[in-house]
Amino acid sequence: MSVRIIPRLEIKGPTLVKGVHLEGLRVLGSPEEFARFYYEQGADELLYVDVVASLYQRNSLLEMIERTSREIFIPLAVGGGLRSIDDIRAGLRAGADKVSINTAAIRNPQLIRDAATRFGSSTIVVSIEAKQRPDGSYEAYVDAGRERTGVEVLGWAQKVAELGAGEIIITSIDREGTGRGFDLELTRRVSELVPIPVIASGGAGRITDVIEVLTAGKADAVALSSLLHYQYLALARPNGSGLESGPPMASTKGYHSSSRILPASLPELKRHLEDAGLECRVAPVGAVRE
Amino acid sequence: MSERGAPRAAIVDYGVGNLYSVRSACAAVGLLAEITGEKAAILAADAVIVPGMGAFGDAMDTLRRMDLIEPLREIAAAGTPLIGICLGMQLFMSESEEFGHHQGLGVIPGPVVRFATPHQRSEELKVPHVGWARIAPARAVSSWSEWPLQGIDSGEYMYFVHSYYAVPSEPEVVFSVSRYGDIGFCSSLKRGNVFACQFHPERSGPKGLQVYRNIADHITGHPPATVKTNA
Repeated sequence: MSVRIIPRLEIKGPTLVKGVHLEGLRVLGSPEEFARFYYEQGADELLYVDVVASLYQRNSLLEMIERTSREIFIPLAVGGGLRSIDDIRAGLRAGADKVSINTAAIRNPQLIRDAATRFGSSTIVVSIEAKQRPDGSYEAYVDAGRERTGVEVLGWAQKVAELGAGEIIITSIDREGTGRGFDLELTRRVSELVPIPVIASGGAGRITDVIEVLTAGKADAVALSSLLHYQYLALARPNGSGLESGPPMASTKGYHSSSRILPASLPELKRHLEDAGLECRVAPVGAVRE
Repeated sequence: MSERGAPRAAIVDYGVGNLYSVRSACAAVGLLAEITGEKAAILAADAVIVPGMGAFGDAMDTLRRMDLIEPLREIAAAGTPLIGICLGMQLFMSESEEFGHHQGLGVIPGPVVRFATPHQRSEELKVPHVGWARIAPARAVSSWSEWPLQGIDSGEYMYFVHSYYAVPSEPEVVFSVSRYGDIGFCSSLKRGNVFACQFHPERSGPKGLQVYRNIADHITGHPPATVKTNA
């Protein structure tokens, strides 16, 4: 079976942003431009996450999904601020293939069952944002990693699967945006516990981190942002034009949110995965723009 | 509204997801397609696409309530191109074991069965199967010369999301096979005017779009532009 590489595009209003520990957002550019590029480069799916998730911006997100789904023919998942069956339906009607829910699911776990029954399990992805406690256990957070819930992650993951979720995205808040590598222990424990696919997110700094989380971490898929975004920026805008935060930067190094991140393109990453014995879909039209 | 004379496909709307990506794929290859749950519009269409996500039993109940079961069987018998995608493919079969026992449309004989869950097996296999898998011609077919897989290479990756798969009782209808873990399954079937696939061509990148292009060419009667013969 093949592993999936899923570019994760964090969206604030009309722009693509990237933060560290889900905070400290930096503007990177147009989400649709990145989405198109990743599609051409052989991305297996795309994940749009509305990091602000305010209601008055919802229509602009739905329009963005509509435009993206008309020109990008790989699965598109959307998350961030979806609160109800109606919100989920609106996302799917706009052209998303899956929705990802976190806060609303923790506050009302029945929403998972209702949504899975209505739209099909494979449409419902539950996002779990985890932070390690001093005793080594993990606690689930909501509201883009800002608010603790007291909910223990492993128990929650199991319940999520029982309620009918089709997949789990597990994000380590501690590692998110740092480039220090995935939390392998967290990912492996969740993946071994649940019978549904697990997508690892948060912390990839280099290609070997991705290989590790797919092997030792037992993830079925990975969601990547910084690792891919900074590579694209370096290719597309070598002079740093288009960045809205701060003055244009002289070198591509300035894009990196952390010196630990060694950007890579999708075709390059997939070549390394194949060399490591992991099956993945080779980009049909990729490499042309590498 | 389509212009008079231009072939038109109906995408059957029975309240389950993924209609919009199917319509986008049709639009991308220039195929006029209308999302509809109206019996008359479906019967009048030049091709009928049954997409789908969700539960088999609920889907059949909805089709029954919408009075679409007989029309779909008529379409299959009349020779109009009938295309099933994912759950749509499963609905074409005679029966499913999903949450109890349910009758399907019975257009293709055979049941729909579930992937065994991890604790029933030695090898870990997550269910649902989500992701890209290769498709290869079934034994009865050496390469794809018939619509809509002509020009698609054996071993091409397509995108799957499913917990169940169809097991046609007539091996000759199996058009492509795929593997998930150590389980081989029928990933598409073809019998005359009926084509159905477990994968989502509308979400399988440029190669998936080619499947839609082949469908469009078949409906419009245009010879496919890019038929490749496998050596």
